[in-house]
Amino acid sequence: MTAIERRFTLHVPSSTENLAMIREFVSYVGGQAGMDAARIGKLELAVDEACANVIEHAYGHDLSKEVTIRATFDAETLRIDVEDTGQGFDPSAIPQEELDEMIAKRRTGGLGMRIMKMVMDKVWYEIEPGSKNELHMEMRIRKG
Amino acid sequence: MPNPFAINTQTQDDITTIAIEGYLDAHTAPQFERAIEDEIGAGRLRIVVDCRSLTYISSAGLGVFMSFIEEVREQGGDIKVAALQPKVESVFEVLGFAEIFDISTDAGAAVARFGDAGTAQHGEN
Repeated sequence: MTAIERRFTLHVPSSTENLAMIREFVSYVGGQAGMDAARIGKLELAVDEACANVIEHAYGHDLSKEVTIRATFDAETLRIDVEDTGQGFDPSAIPQEELDEMIAKRRTGGLGMRIMKMVMDKVWYEIEPGSKNELHMEMRIRKG
Repeated sequence: MPNPFAINTQTQDDITTIAIEGYLDAHTAPQFERAIEDEIGAGRLRIVVDCRSLTYISSAGLGVFMSFIEEVREQGGDIKVAALQPKVESVFEVLGFAEIFDISTDAGAAVARFGDAGTAQHGEN
């Protein structure tokens, strides 16, 4: 990221009801950054997946908790940071199975992370057990 | 913030069409899950999910399709997918669902495939 950045932040109670609002927020920021509709669609999906994981797994649907989404962009890159203070996890412990294998085992866990990694250019975690968990994702503003 | 989502289920000639509308995300997926469970529980295993008015899907929605398909096929039925909008179709494709599910361009074509293709073939338009 260069020195000239624009930053947007959304704090929402930890409820899946707020996923639509989160997608609206991300869509707005993507538009401000100059992304085309296809990239905004991917961004919305990745952030939805990240926040749904926080709401359902890190916070266990506890409405008193808050999810924080920060979006920062410059001329080239848009970065998303999703922050929570819930139960952390080991990202490397999530099995990377083939889709047909998951179906045979009736497993659906890990799909969200798979989507995030497929649609974003970079995805990484910072987990501080009992303190703070942060998911960071980056996407180039334009193709290429 | 509203989460517009609606389900309309109709059964004709032993084939159930579940039309879903709006956003299928982690908030609304449980409604869709119950709709499919109701059909399976009633022994109706020939299911078409009409997605022509579905504007958004996340992994929670895809997970519903995934979690029932094996059970339904094992019992001789199928869950066929119809009329995906481009934005939704791209999510199916990202995860390789097009290889697993029988996807048709419209609900009528999906219903017809129960007649001519049974449950063995899938992954073709």
